[in-house]
Amino acid sequence: MTKAAGRIAGAVLLAFILSGCSGVQSALDPKGPAAGELARLIWFFTVLCTIIWVLVMGVVAGILLRRRQRRLHDPLRVDQDEERTISRVVISAVGATALVLVGLTLLSFFANRTLAGIGEDAVLTIRLTGHQWWWEVRYENAEPNRILTTANEIHIPAGEAVRLLLESDDVIHSFWVPSLHGKLDLVPGMVNTLTLRADRPGIYRGQCAEFCGAQHAHMATLVVAQPRAEFDAWYDEQLKSAVEPSSEEQRTGRDTFLNGPCVMCHRIQGTPAGAITGPDLTHVASRQTIAAGTLRFSRGNLAAWIADPQGIKPGSKMPVMDLDGDQLNAIVAYLESLK
Amino acid sequence: MSSADLAPKPEGILDTELDAESLRRRLAETWKTRSGLVGFLSSVDHKVIARRYLITALIFLCLGGLSAVAMRVQLSGPERGLIGPDLYNQLFTMHGVTMMFLFAVPIMQAVGLYLVPLMVGTRNIAFPRLSAFSYWVYLSGGVFVWVSFFLNMGPDIGWFAYVPLSGPEFAPGKRADVWAQMITYTEVSSLAVAVATIVTVLKQRAPGMSLDRIPLFVWAILVTSFVIVFAMPSVMIASSFLILDRLVGTHIFNPAEGGDALIFQHLFWFFGHPEVYIIFLPATGMVSAIVPTFARRPIFGYLALVLSLIAVGILSFGLWVHHMFATGLPKLGASFFTASSMLIAIPNGIQIFCWLATLWSGGPLRLKTPLLFVFGFFFIFVAGGLTGVMLASVPLDLQVHDTYFVVAHFHYVLIGGAVFPLLGATYYWFPKLTGRMMSERLGRWHFWLAFIGFNAAFFPMHIVGLWGMPRRVYTYPVELGWGGINLFITAGALLFFLSFVLFVINLARSARSGEAAGENPWDAGTLEWAVSSPPPNYNFARIPVVAHSEPLWAERGSMPVAAGLRVDAREVLISTVAEAKPDLREKSARPSIWPFFSALSVGGTFLGSIFTPWAVVWGALPIAVSLIGWFWPKGAPEDEE
Repeated sequence: MTKAAGRIAGAVLLAFILSGCSGVQSALDPKGPAAGELARLIWFFTVLCTIIWVLVMGVVAGILLRRRQRRLHDPLRVDQDEERTISRVVISAVGATALVLVGLTLLSFFANRTLAGIGEDAVLTIRLTGHQWWWEVRYENAEPNRILTTANEIHIPAGEAVRLLLESDDVIHSFWVPSLHGKLDLVPGMVNTLTLRADRPGIYRGQCAEFCGAQHAHMATLVVAQPRAEFDAWYDEQLKSAVEPSSEEQRTGRDTFLNGPCVMCHRIQGTPAGAITGPDLTHVASRQTIAAGTLRFSRGNLAAWIADPQGIKPGSKMPVMDLDGDQLNAIVAYLESLK
Repeated sequence: MSSADLAPKPEGILDTELDAESLRRRLAETWKTRSGLVGFLSSVDHKVIARRYLITALIFLCLGGLSAVAMRVQLSGPERGLIGPDLYNQLFTMHGVTMMFLFAVPIMQAVGLYLVPLMVGTRNIAFPRLSAFSYWVYLSGGVFVWVSFFLNMGPDIGWFAYVPLSGPEFAPGKRADVWAQMITYTEVSSLAVAVATIVTVLKQRAPGMSLDRIPLFVWAILVTSFVIVFAMPSVMIASSFLILDRLVGTHIFNPAEGGDALIFQHLFWFFGHPEVYIIFLPATGMVSAIVPTFARRPIFGYLALVLSLIAVGILSFGLWVHHMFATGLPKLGASFFTASSMLIAIPNGIQIFCWLATLWSGGPLRLKTPLLFVFGFFFIFVAGGLTGVMLASVPLDLQVHDTYFVVAHFHYVLIGGAVFPLLGATYYWFPKLTGRMMSERLGRWHFWLAFIGFNAAFFPMHIVGLWGMPRRVYTYPVELGWGGINLFITAGALLFFLSFVLFVINLARSARSGEAAGENPWDAGTLEWAVSSPPPNYNFARIPVVAHSEPLWAERGSMPVAAGLRVDAREVLISTVAEAKPDLREKSARPSIWPFFSALSVGGTFLGSIFTPWAVVWGALPIAVSLIGWFWPKGAPEDEE
């Protein structure tokens, strides 16, 4: 399969997955209480503003269509009675504007209060760290051996509130999953808190919303909301060390990985690879995408990504490696086994 | 003709001693710009400088427009590979800085530079050499950033250049320095023009032009100039701190060393929001000039409009945080900025209502191209203002911030609110600048093409923004389904671009062979229409005396004038601030090449400081030399009194 064909096939498949789970990235398609409140607010403002715009344009149309008498030659002569009438109209219009604005300010204030009240009962704390250009996801836990680190995909239990602690390791990013919540920045030196709650299981796409450099366009994330039991099972599975290679090719792949430059950046739990500069790969094959939503996870895409990361995501921190075809295939086979 | 003799002890040749013909001849000789290269570089005539500003800004508009077209072509379909991220990020940065710093602000100031002295009835801008200096600094800043772009050194950090992305760690190379110094160039030049404008308006108004008779356009430019004076230093601090971080390793914005990344955003937006009004307020002044002329009546609610301008100018400093709602500021503080952002809609609403009232109660409308653009302005700007109200709401903003919804909003406000009035103003004042009318037929084509193209390009952006498309992405995946709407947007953008091609053709053709205009082709009421088109280099042979806010409507036939100014030296009349009573005769600076050399040495210093901090030290020498040259007492007659 050629690279392009692989990407197209991947894209179509991902489209299928996304549409199947109604997880498009739209503020108008809310899937959680916060986004629901915001969508209501958006619609209310939109309708009201449209009405005001239509009223003003009505006056403009009136001006254009109005039949008027030819005025005297002197443009300085104005009809004082008419001026008084117009003054009253203008003053009323200004008053109405002020009232509408006060109303909208209050509405906005109360919506903000509602949002702040959502999810005070958060059950889970996730530390989300922005990197150029991927997301590090770390599930906090009181027991150190239950702390879980993964990348780019945020699994949450559906129907429960989850607290996200937003941090950045380099530049400012912004976490935004429109169908769940408004955006909040990840600012170096600060910790911002956002509460996510998805009403139903599903996959919700989000992407970085603050310009963060060359690959700002390819810094997507998937929020995977699962029923509680499924989430717990996923969590336990993710805590385990990476599976041992089961074939000769996979073993070669692991050795190539461990002896090559890969270990400079990546971590695979259960192997000597322990670097944390790049995404954790312990269970990389359980994820749906590669390179923060750039490609769908598949053997072809994985091979394409490792062979030519700079062609697929120019500027990415993943360097081009000097691998021959066998080495590439072996690494791909190994990584593909890391469910 | 009434005359008020102002000088107790006249010296030299006074205008009272001359007949009309020899007065004009002598004034033309005194105020002329010399020919030749040195003459060209030495000119201090506000009209000459403003014309250069206008043409230069128009060229930058073309460059900014072309970069937008390039981006739109790349975004016309999902995953297009025409333009990679490196170039794309430079393109949107260049588009932003060009449109904001090299087109919108300078062109508004240039229109003011040209018209304000004419509208207030004086012979030149105050501090003419400073204005000349400002043009050369502006030109060198613009050339500098575009040359850098063509050398693949164009800034790629957005026009806002947030740290740490623009800091030493994440922006290696010189691209971010180019951004920071480009800011410095353009800020220096706009501050210089702002100061000159303020002094002109406050101290050089024609006798009798009390504060309540100042044309609204001049009020708008005055308020804008004050906003510039207070807003620009903020961004200069931001860009200078950035340069310091990058050049000499201060850690002002580095959180790891006790610095702060967000303070940059506060400094930037404390300037950045007023910046929007720096662009918009002059446009409201243009609308306030066009509307009464074509409605054939004085503006409705002059006082309300002046107070609205001032209110907008002041309130514009209280809104900056609404650009930062997503940074995680405390909720109560953010809510305060919701309220202040909503509040500014009131004075803006008052302005809209007053213009509509003027048009409603005026005589039969003369629906010429300038007024057509004003109607386009109402249609687009009101929509942009209302989406602005939406963005003022903290929670709502969290969904649309940094998406195409915001891109749509500010293009509705800036193009609808500033460019449409500017285009109308071009059709309106072109006859004054060139002595020729622009073609009405092409003008109408231009308007409709621009109007349809604009709305086709920018309206759908609201929708795609709500669908989740963030700004500043060089591509987007197929499966999100944004391809169709983006193709439509690109088609609209091309149409909009085409309208500007038509505009330039109209400009060029009309300048060459347009219908002759005469002094006052629209039968307007303000002073700039009292002089010939184009105006003579001395503007007014005799300084008019103003007794009405629309002097040309009030004094059909002959204007009363003040006399007693010298004709063999450059003299302007200084009047009191509030009532514009004639106060003093003051010399106006003669042409000099030193402002040009000063601008060169200042520009060279800025350029050098990208590479080494020592440039500031060594650059101080030529700057000192050229400033000494500039201010050296020459023993010329103007310095003897």
